[in-house]
Amino acid sequence: MASTHILSAYDEELKYLNRRISEMGGLAEQMCGDAVRALVNSDTALAQKIISDDVILDHAEREIQDKAIVTIAKRQPMAADLREIIGTLRIAADLERVGDLGKNTAKRVIAVQGTGVPRKLARGLEHLSELALVQLKDVLDVFASRSAEKAEIIRARDEEIDAMYTSLFRELLTYMMEDPRNITSCTHLLFCAKNIERIGDHATNIAETIYYIKTGAQLEGERPKDDTANTVGAPAE
Amino acid sequence: MNMMSEAAVEKALDKKMNDMTYKMIGNDVSVYYGEKRALFDVNLNVRENTVTALIGPSGCGKSTFLRTLNRMNDTIEGCRVTGKITLDGDDIYDKEIDVVELRARVGMVFQKPNPFPKSIYENIAYGPRIHGLARNKADLDQIVEASLQRAGLWTEVKDRLHEGGTGLSGGQQQRLCIARAVAVSPEVILMDEPCSALDPIATAKVEELIHELRANYTIVIVTHSMQQAARVSQRTAMFHLGQLVEENDTDKMFTNPDDQRTQDYIMGRFG
Repeated sequence: MASTHILSAYDEELKYLNRRISEMGGLAEQMCGDAVRALVNSDTALAQKIISDDVILDHAEREIQDKAIVTIAKRQPMAADLREIIGTLRIAADLERVGDLGKNTAKRVIAVQGTGVPRKLARGLEHLSELALVQLKDVLDVFASRSAEKAEIIRARDEEIDAMYTSLFRELLTYMMEDPRNITSCTHLLFCAKNIERIGDHATNIAETIYYIKTGAQLEGERPKDDTANTVGAPAE
Repeated sequence: MNMMSEAAVEKALDKKMNDMTYKMIGNDVSVYYGEKRALFDVNLNVRENTVTALIGPSGCGKSTFLRTLNRMNDTIEGCRVTGKITLDGDDIYDKEIDVVELRARVGMVFQKPNPFPKSIYENIAYGPRIHGLARNKADLDQIVEASLQRAGLWTEVKDRLHEGGTGLSGGQQQRLCIARAVAVSPEVILMDEPCSALDPIATAKVEELIHELRANYTIVIVTHSMQQAARVSQRTAMFHLGQLVEENDTDKMFTNPDDQRTQDYIMGRFG
C-alpha cells in the first residue's frame, strides 16, 4: 500500500485480513500436498490429520467474514479499499473450498488403502498435484505482491492442469477396462484427480479476484480451458 | 406508480443524462477573493435532470464553485469571477441578466435550515408572490400545497400551515426550505451541505426527496459525506486546492476513480 489511512486502526484491520488470508493459503496448500502424499503412500494417519485440520480452515473463513463485515459497517470503505475487502471475502471462500477438496482426497485414502495405487497412476496424480500446488502457491505470492500482470499469467497457466487431468482420466478408464477389479479404486482416484483439478480452478478464481482488487476491472475473455475429459468416451461424430 | 414504471422513469432520466444535455456550462471559471485566488480555470458542465455532487476537502473551492452558479458570490465584498457560465446557453454574468430572476431559476438551499420567522404558509408563498407567479389567493394556495407535496412535507404540516416555520424540527425546516426553493419553479437547485445539521432519519428523508426532485429539476449538491454523494448523485466532481481534479459517473468515482487524489480523498488516506 502506497499510503496509509488517516485512521491507523483501519490500516490494522486491513492488514489483519491480509495476514489471515496468507495463513489460510499456507494451510490449504499444505493440506492438499499432504493429501496426495497420504494417497500414494497409503498413510492413513496423515489422512486423519488433514481431515481434522480442515476445521481450522473453516473457522478461519468465518472469522475473516465476521471481521470484513464489521470493517465494512464501521469504515464504509470506498474504491480500492472496498475492492480489497470484497476480494478478501471471495478469496477466503475459495481457500475454504480448496481445503474441502484436500479433505475429500484424504477421506479416499482409507477406501483405496486395500488395493493400493498403481505406480504409474500415482506418478500421474503427483504430477497433477504439483502443477495445482504451484498455481496455488504462486497465486498466494501474487496476493502478497498484488501484481496484476502475474495474476494474468497464472490464470493462463490453468490450461496445463486441465490437459494433465484429461490424460489421467483416459488412463484411469484404461485401467478399469483392463480389469473390473480396479473399478472401485480407480473411481476413487478419478474423484481425487477431479479434486486436484478443481484446486487449479480455485487458484484461477483467486488470480481473477486479485486482478480485480488491483485494477478495478475484470479480466477480459474466456478462461483458457483444456479440460476435455467431459467428452472422453463419447461416440465420435 | 408501480415498480416497473418507476424503473422506466429512472432509465429515461439516465438516458437523458447520458445524452449530455448540459443545463449549465462552466468554462474556465476562476474566482478571486481580493488577492487570493480560490478557483483555477474550472471547466465543469452540469447535466440536465441529474444530481451532480461536488466533493473535496475543506477549502477546496467546491462551495465557491456552487455559488458562482447563481451569482451568490456577488454579495461577497472583493469577490471577482472570471470565465464564463451559461444557463441554457445564456451567459449568467452578462450585464443584461437580472440577478433576482436568475436566482429564481437557480434556487439554493443552505447548510443550516433558514426558514423566515413567519408561518409555514408565508415561507412558501413569499417567493411566488414577489415574482408574481400567483394571480389570486387560490393560485397561491395551490402553489403552497404543491410545493409542500414535492418536498414531502404536506401531510406533516397541512393542519398547521399558519403556525411558525421555526417551530418545526430541523429536518422539517430543511424540507420547508426545499419547498420554498421549489415554489418559484426553479430549473436548477443548488444545495450547500443540506444535511450536515440533520440527524440520520431527517437526512434519509432529504436524500429521498433529492432523488425524487431529479425528475423535474437539475440539482447540484455540495457534501462532505462521501456516502451521501455516492447515494444521491449520478455524477460526481472532485475539487482539490481550487482545481477540478476529476468529474465522473458516481458509480465509477466511488469504486475505481481515475485520479490518485480522488482515490486518496475518498479512501481517507494522506495524499
